[in-house]
Amino acid sequence: MKLVTAVIKPHKWEDVREALETFGVTGMTVSEVSGYGRQKGHTEVYRGAEYDIALVPKIRIEIVVDDGDTEDVVGIIVKTAQTGRIGDGKVWVSPVDTVVRVRTGDRDAAAL
Amino acid sequence: MDGYYAFMLVATALVLMMTVPALALFYGGMSRSKSVLNMMMMSYGAFAIAAIVFVLWGWSEGWGGDGLGNGDGNLLNSPFDMFGLDGVSHINYIYVVFQLTFAAITVALISGAIADRVKMSAWFVFVPIWLTACYFPIAHNVWGGGWLATQLSKGSTIAQDYAGGTVVHINAGIAGGILALIIGKRVGFMKDPMRPHNLTLTMIGAGLLWFGWYGFNVGSIVFTSDSMADPTAFSTQFQGETGVTFLNTTIATCAAMLGWLLMERILHGKATSLGAASGIVAGLVAITPACGAVDLTGAIAIGAAAGILCAAAVGLKFKLKLDDSLDVVGVHLVGGLVGTLLIGFLSTSKAPGGIDGLFYGGGLSSLGDQSLAALFTIVWTGLLTTVIALAIKYTIGWRVDEEAEVEGIDYDQHGETAYDLHTSTSSSASTGVLAGSTAPVSEGANA
Repeated sequence: MKLVTAVIKPHKWEDVREALETFGVTGMTVSEVSGYGRQKGHTEVYRGAEYDIALVPKIRIEIVVDDGDTEDVVGIIVKTAQTGRIGDGKVWVSPVDTVVRVRTGDRDAAAL
Repeated sequence: MDGYYAFMLVATALVLMMTVPALALFYGGMSRSKSVLNMMMMSYGAFAIAAIVFVLWGWSEGWGGDGLGNGDGNLLNSPFDMFGLDGVSHINYIYVVFQLTFAAITVALISGAIADRVKMSAWFVFVPIWLTACYFPIAHNVWGGGWLATQLSKGSTIAQDYAGGTVVHINAGIAGGILALIIGKRVGFMKDPMRPHNLTLTMIGAGLLWFGWYGFNVGSIVFTSDSMADPTAFSTQFQGETGVTFLNTTIATCAAMLGWLLMERILHGKATSLGAASGIVAGLVAITPACGAVDLTGAIAIGAAAGILCAAAVGLKFKLKLDDSLDVVGVHLVGGLVGTLLIGFLSTSKAPGGIDGLFYGGGLSSLGDQSLAALFTIVWTGLLTTVIALAIKYTIGWRVDEEAEVEGIDYDQHGETAYDLHTSTSSSASTGVLAGSTAPVSEGANA
């Protein structure tokens, strides 16, 4: 099993969710996060004072998937979330040892 | 006269609304999320203290008469002559309350210069002392028939201050600047981001200030006439004057908002909502002394000048490294000066004030009087505010400690935080608090 983590632009989140559901992903954990990459945030001006807003709001999606689905899921996220401009985000994959469904105690593949 | 009396009741309630909640919202939205409650409490607290002080000795010290000022020509009036409104007839109480709301908002305005860092106790000590040393004497000299008004009225013109350009705005502006200087910068000033945390509150506050300002300016007809002396003549004056002050207040405010937005568009590329809110207040400030002195052209000119000059002035604090946090100097001192001094140029005998300024063939006399009234306020309040601020600094001290300021003054001073942004974790914490108290734990019991 793999943990797919994606940090994407907030306005792309609905599209990504729909695409993943169509593919068959049944659940995910989503959080509102902030951060920055090469775009280094932006500036805002209040009463003439410029502020560097270093952190840009993003959506982080976490999904645990079977090894065989990993490439498909990553591909769907990248394809759907892409605008081609700076700040589109990142997707990374990490190994997962064990998953347990809290309600039933099912483990690993049965728990996905 | 019944209509006038009813109008004064409404006007007074409108001016009350300018402090609570309008100014509290305007300032609260511009402060940071960790200090918004403290910012709002400075306005609410100032109102409560000013009201008590005002009826005990404020009226006596500032006006010292029954309904109008005593016109004694003295620099200072005794706070004890009419202590507790002794000698004021009940029918004149409404003028006392009207003036009370002015004293309250003036001292509350100062709080914007020292946001996020001052102990509530120090503020509560400052408010009554400052009102006694600075507000009531200036009010006496400009409106109560004190020394300044008597001296200036010896010439061909008098200093015109319809609703408080000197008494309210220059007064609060200079006091705010001096407090910011003596109390010092916030931790992280010009380094950490200190942008406004909720501009919707600020927009609502500016809108309510605008609405309330009709009570402030239009209601200030009380300063210009002893209505009881000749009710018929006053009725004519009332009908001829209130429409002018109402319209001038409106037009100048619109011109100032557009002026501020234009400056922003030129200097920074975008017209902002904070710029609109600030422009509204700058315009209202500038037209305050002038709303009875100018015609429509004058109102537009004063508004536009205030919007443009105040928008330029708010940037100065970064050059001066003076943490006038919410621009009390940039908006109230500068706006107050713009309005007070432009009367000297734009005042016209066609307006209710009835004096021709420089542009209307009246010569320099009016401008001279306006400058002297402004200078008097700056010097008087500048000196006395310095003394008061230093006295508090070296006795009880002004500031919360640095750690409390960084963590958030709301929690340090009030034991509260304005926003519950993490519902699931903080609700379990609140159960712990309730368990230790006698308050019912379940929400059903609370309801």
